Amino acid sequence: MSDASYVREAMLPAQKPPASETGVVHWVRANLLSTWGNIVLTLLAVYVVYLILATIGPWLLRSVWTAGSLQECREIIEATWGEGKRGACFAVIAERWQQIIFGFYPRELYWRPILTLVLMLVALLPILFYETRRFSWWVGVLFAAALFGSVWGHASPVVTVLVGIAAVCLGVWLCVRGPQYLMWFSLIFPAAAFWLLWGGTVWLPVTILLGFVLGYGAYRLVSALNGLAGVIAAVVIPILWWVLLCRAAADVLQGIVPIALVELGSDQFGGFLLSTVIGVSGITFSLPLGILLALGRQSDLLIVKSFCVAFIEGFRGVPLITLLFVASLLLNYFLPPGTTFDVILRVIIMVTIFAAAYLAEVIRGGLAALPRGQYEAADSLGLDYWKAQRLIIMPQALKISIPGIVGTFIGLFKDTTLVSFISLSDPMQIVSSIRANQEWNGIYWELFLFVGLLFFLFCFSMSRYSMYLERKLKTDHR
Amino acid sequence: MKKSVFLGTLSAAALLGGIASATTLEDVKARGELLCGSNAGLAGFSAPDANGVYQGFDVAMCRAIAAAVLGDPMKVKVIPLSSETRFTALSAGEVDLLSRTTTWTYSRDTDLKLDFVGTSYYDGQGFMVKKSLGVSSAKELDGATVCIQTGTTTELNLADFFKSNGMTYEPVPLKDNAEAEQQYSAGSCDVYTTDASGLAATRATFADASEHVILPEIISKEPLALTVRHGDNEWADIVKWTFNALLTAEEFGITSANVAEQAAAPGTNPEINRLLGTEGELGAMLGLDKDWAVRAIAAGGNYGEIFEANIGASTPIGLSRGLNALWTQGGLQYAPPFR
Repeated sequence: MSDASYVREAMLPAQKPPASETGVVHWVRANLLSTWGNIVLTLLAVYVVYLILATIGPWLLRSVWTAGSLQECREIIEATWGEGKRGACFAVIAERWQQIIFGFYPRELYWRPILTLVLMLVALLPILFYETRRFSWWVGVLFAAALFGSVWGHASPVVTVLVGIAAVCLGVWLCVRGPQYLMWFSLIFPAAAFWLLWGGTVWLPVTILLGFVLGYGAYRLVSALNGLAGVIAAVVIPILWWVLLCRAAADVLQGIVPIALVELGSDQFGGFLLSTVIGVSGITFSLPLGILLALGRQSDLLIVKSFCVAFIEGFRGVPLITLLFVASLLLNYFLPPGTTFDVILRVIIMVTIFAAAYLAEVIRGGLAALPRGQYEAADSLGLDYWKAQRLIIMPQALKISIPGIVGTFIGLFKDTTLVSFISLSDPMQIVSSIRANQEWNGIYWELFLFVGLLFFLFCFSMSRYSMYLERKLKTDHR
Repeated sequence: MKKSVFLGTLSAAALLGGIASATTLEDVKARGELLCGSNAGLAGFSAPDANGVYQGFDVAMCRAIAAAVLGDPMKVKVIPLSSETRFTALSAGEVDLLSRTTTWTYSRDTDLKLDFVGTSYYDGQGFMVKKSLGVSSAKELDGATVCIQTGTTTELNLADFFKSNGMTYEPVPLKDNAEAEQQYSAGSCDVYTTDASGLAATRATFADASEHVILPEIISKEPLALTVRHGDNEWADIVKWTFNALLTAEEFGITSANVAEQAAAPGTNPEINRLLGTEGELGAMLGLDKDWAVRAIAAGGNYGEIFEANIGASTPIGLSRGLNALWTQGGLQYAPPFR
């Protein structure tokens, strides 16, 4: 038997695959050069990439960061790189970046939008990352940074350090005690942001918030007697408060304890500050409104259903720019003369309504994708309508609609540039007015690149977050 | 969210209660600020500087009016308006006046219910082409693509000019001057047409300015005027006569430098005395105090000073006075007497 020498007794060591089947060479051959057609396309693509790089590369390389005007830029470039050479003149951004970011917000008050931005991150963290505790430390750090930064230069160093330490302690305490406290902060944040950005007396946002508290109190008191009356009271009492008493109460309180910031008009908002204010408010307010509209459209109640359908179809069927023109021009004809109904507020309302109409349809898509069994399961558990929506339907429907919702949000954020048509200074409008100065007239790409880059950062982070959320919520095993 | 919408509507309703007054002058005084509709950005006429403060020829007019009415040239809120929104904004009361390179035309004056109260700049529409096109007259532009701003009189003039000369053209409609410049220099159109002042300003910004020529033909009259709403004649008078005061000041050699000195005591020229309030009660007739014109002139100087500082020969825009010289120097700027 031993002469069966053709049988190998030991295993051969595994050999490396041939060089042509691995690594870069294989990848290039398989993907770029597999057929004659592919070879031609690859060569063409390489040529195009070369053309682009050969145009942009030297232009970027010869960039100038300090100069007083475009003319000066051109002279510097010609002096350094030779006659007739062109280069990027980023000096315009070095000189005017504050205007692109903050618009015409007074320079000495920049701490207010910055503080608002950081507080917004604090307010968003517990909502965006509600299941992980990892954000805890970030909250502390951001709190500290916010208060530290805002007090910096406005108080003595000792005060700044003390406030910073207090802020860290507060932030860490909030996180250790549980995110529910932070949730409360998230709820009052819109009022705080309004006060910080526009200034004026602190008591106006406080009394406006008080309206919600009154509504809740009225609901608790009256609904003990009658459910429907409770709902009506919860709507009517805050409205009466806001219309009749809110401002007067704010004035009285301001008289007793005067706390106020310098008041700023909406014309001082501009650039990315304006885009962010409109975009973030639109996103925040349109999501709940969109959910309600989507539910209303599926409702069995005729009036609710027809109202929602009319609302959605009406606002979705009109271009946003038309709504903006209505907000800026027509409303003034309808309102009594002398009315100063803030134009940014008008725009936020229009943008919110517009986005909500789109979101309602996106969410309806999510609702439609849920199997009928889910509704029936909720019914058989004995859940009432709102509980079924909150615990079973919405979590699944929203999860399905995440890509659509985020797509709408990104669209909304980019649409904020349309406000330039109603003479608000969005980043592109600021770019135009920078160019209208004799020093910078004739400069385009540098400014467009800067604005585009910032927009990309915003939109890309929204998109990455939505992918993170989808991964986290993925419960099926497809 | 429903609550937020309510909140917006309601805070509006809450604000309604306060003001509902009769005249623009009272409104301006109550507000303590002049709302001046102008360009978001037109070189030399109106543009924000690095500190966000609007500067320019049109803005200087508003500053003079604010100085006359409110006593402080900086109490102006410049509201940037596009060509399309400017008239609606004025009619709706969002601005007190337009000082925004707005051409005075028949239909705007009558049909749109506007009042044009003083021609701050006499302009005319011209054409700019690249030298390489080899064109020396606008009559040779048959079949050209033309960059043009929408919602302006230039759009209509262009159609008239080509039609009356039996030529055709292809319009490239654009939103504003900045966009038009960019499209023209990118080669999207052969010709850029707008007011001659705008062409000069645009050409000055090109790296290769000598490669572009402004054709000799001026195809329209473009009296750019200060504009107010129809129906408030007192306010129209204030705007009109503040502008006339600036012209008269130039005529009599009153400048921002010497106005205080001349207003300190009555001089030998009775018209200067009346203008500067050292004689007579001209201010009271306008509903202002007697120093109104002194403040208006001190704000940015007389008409000539404002012109030179913002768009004149010493600036990069480098416009000559031309039609805008005083009538005594062969121009059209002529103020009725202060009497």
